[in-house]
Amino acid sequence: MTGEHQTLALLLFSAFVAVTLAITTWVSRNRRGSAEEFYAGGRLFTPIENGFAIAGDYLSAASFLGVTGLIALFGYDGLLYVVGFLVAWLVVLFLVAELVRNCGRFTLADVVAARMRERPVRIAAGTSSVTVSVLYLVAQMVGAGSLVALLLGGTSEVASAWTVIGVGALTVIYVSLGGMRATTWIQIVKAVLLLGGTIALTVLVLVRFHGDLDRLLLTAAERSGHGEAFLAPGLKYGGDWTARFDFISLGLALVLGTAGLPHILSRFYTVPTARAARRSVVWAVGLIGGFYLMTIVLGFGAAAVLGPDAVRGSNTAGNTAVPLLALDLGGGAGSTGGTVLFAIVAAIAFATILAVVAGITLASSASVAHDLYASLRRRGKPHSEVAVARVAAVGVGVVAIALGLLARDLNVAFLVGLAFAVAASANLPVLLYSLFWRGFTTRGAVWSVYGGLVPAVVLVVLSPVVSGSPDSLFPGVDLQYFPLQNPGLVSIPLGFLAGWLGTVTAAEVPDEAKHAETEVRSLTGAGAA
Amino acid sequence: MQSSKGRPEPAQDAGNPRYDDPWYDALASGWGESAGAGESPPGVMPPTRREGGAGSAAADVYLEVQRSTAFQEVRRRYRRFVAPAFVAFFAWYVGYVVAATTAPELMAHPVAGSVNVAMVAGLGQFATTFLLTWAYARHARLRRDRAALELRWDTQELTRGMNGGAS
Repeated sequence: MTGEHQTLALLLFSAFVAVTLAITTWVSRNRRGSAEEFYAGGRLFTPIENGFAIAGDYLSAASFLGVTGLIALFGYDGLLYVVGFLVAWLVVLFLVAELVRNCGRFTLADVVAARMRERPVRIAAGTSSVTVSVLYLVAQMVGAGSLVALLLGGTSEVASAWTVIGVGALTVIYVSLGGMRATTWIQIVKAVLLLGGTIALTVLVLVRFHGDLDRLLLTAAERSGHGEAFLAPGLKYGGDWTARFDFISLGLALVLGTAGLPHILSRFYTVPTARAARRSVVWAVGLIGGFYLMTIVLGFGAAAVLGPDAVRGSNTAGNTAVPLLALDLGGGAGSTGGTVLFAIVAAIAFATILAVVAGITLASSASVAHDLYASLRRRGKPHSEVAVARVAAVGVGVVAIALGLLARDLNVAFLVGLAFAVAASANLPVLLYSLFWRGFTTRGAVWSVYGGLVPAVVLVVLSPVVSGSPDSLFPGVDLQYFPLQNPGLVSIPLGFLAGWLGTVTAAEVPDEAKHAETEVRSLTGAGAA
Repeated sequence: MQSSKGRPEPAQDAGNPRYDDPWYDALASGWGESAGAGESPPGVMPPTRREGGAGSAAADVYLEVQRSTAFQEVRRRYRRFVAPAFVAFFAWYVGYVVAATTAPELMAHPVAGSVNVAMVAGLGQFATTFLLTWAYARHARLRRDRAALELRWDTQELTRGMNGGAS
């Protein structure tokens, strides 16, 4: 890539950073430093604002870079990801959004702890939330790294490493200085930029094919070298039965994981009522659905315009398909249009990553301070809890940077699939049981968190992702005892099973009054924070 | 609001809640869909509760609200929409995923031009998601919101009375 690309992309990105830092400063003036303010932004965002912010939080590098890359490389099998990502919102809307808004204050653990003995439940739910967040963060960091590698020519490992560090550091500044209020506005700005950029690219792809989607698909199929098979499922997941079960596993994880993602749950606390939470999800479904429809066009567009070889040549996992597509659509390498479009898309991708990283860092610092720290050390006042959250943001940032540097050759969408699997196994069962099961007990809650979390993490460690195959994180070691890359098919049922088992074996009598309180509060909003 | 419900209607609906919650107004007046007399659930609390014992705990209030017909009506409406809708979209999604992995020949069957069954099914998932989102929001807005809001104020009034009006 030429120097012009770099300069322009860097300029645009610096502008984004400057704007967001200004937002951070602006919104944190007159800040009272209360927990309400830091974790939930004062709870006064409107549904539209929160809808855009949810879209900003959810549409990560995995969606923008990862999914389009997968579609460009594997055709229809990449499209299966976006279907799962979108349908998942029905689970959130039906079962989680309003009820969680009514019952909780800042985190997932609030909802569960309201019915149970607080300490063990908070420690369990806090641990699983932090684990999910860190996995998700790694995916974003890998996205940042591959983007920079593309921008600077692929060979500069040092630059790539420094980008990951820079993204981490900026995030920590946003989160610890601005809290939820700044983070939300950054999500909104980012969502608008991302949707704008995606619309522009989609229009350019459609113009290139004269609005003929049929020809776009046929060209993509032809250039892929797979012919018609490119437009049908099976290229990536259609081989042996291991691959097929792997896909079913991923599909389950995607559709059930969203409702357990801590940074998505925390978004519902930023609006005043359950009704506002519902309306923000409706907005988010519209924005997210529209975005994913466009990524399908972009993915097949990248296959048709660039061909899978060019995509794979730049990044084996396909993470750079969209920026390359922008370069070509703008007029090709060396042209002004190509340079400008490429730089814009690269800057948007950076902004995307930065905003998502900020959202997750905030959610996990809330889990650390509000759940773990508050349970393990009892004498903190609300103000000191916010101070802990700020420090936790730094800690989470450092861990994410370190892991992001390690995992740089994996597809971003795939990594996010792992985070979804852990969320669906560890967070969703306990959340649903707490909201809907009268007889659920403390032991059941603790067992269901660990009963989903431990298998999910252990199965990932024993899977081909970590060792035992040429594409693994540690190709030289062989610890592979579990055939599937995604653990969801096994670990999600285990999470539900463990919660049930813990409940029926507990001597503890379920507290009927606490259940009544949770049920009444969740459906009416009485006593909501 | 709905004073037709044959229960004592203290000043709570008009005064205190508005003070507590600025969103109350927007909801009560802004959307204009009347729940309709036929839909409005029956009375919430036995009147005796209002003078309720000073010694009653918050737990009793929630248990009582939970047993009230008004609450059970709200819960029933919620569950009767969510349960079948959840089963339907989840089965449709799992069916889609399983079909994509186990029956690729079926999915590759052409429909029109380059569009095959798989493409139609994928876009169908988008369509059903949008449709169910709309249907859920509409159902909640028309069938649950008003009743839930009234229960909210009733419940808060009761728990407040219990604290001797302190909060």
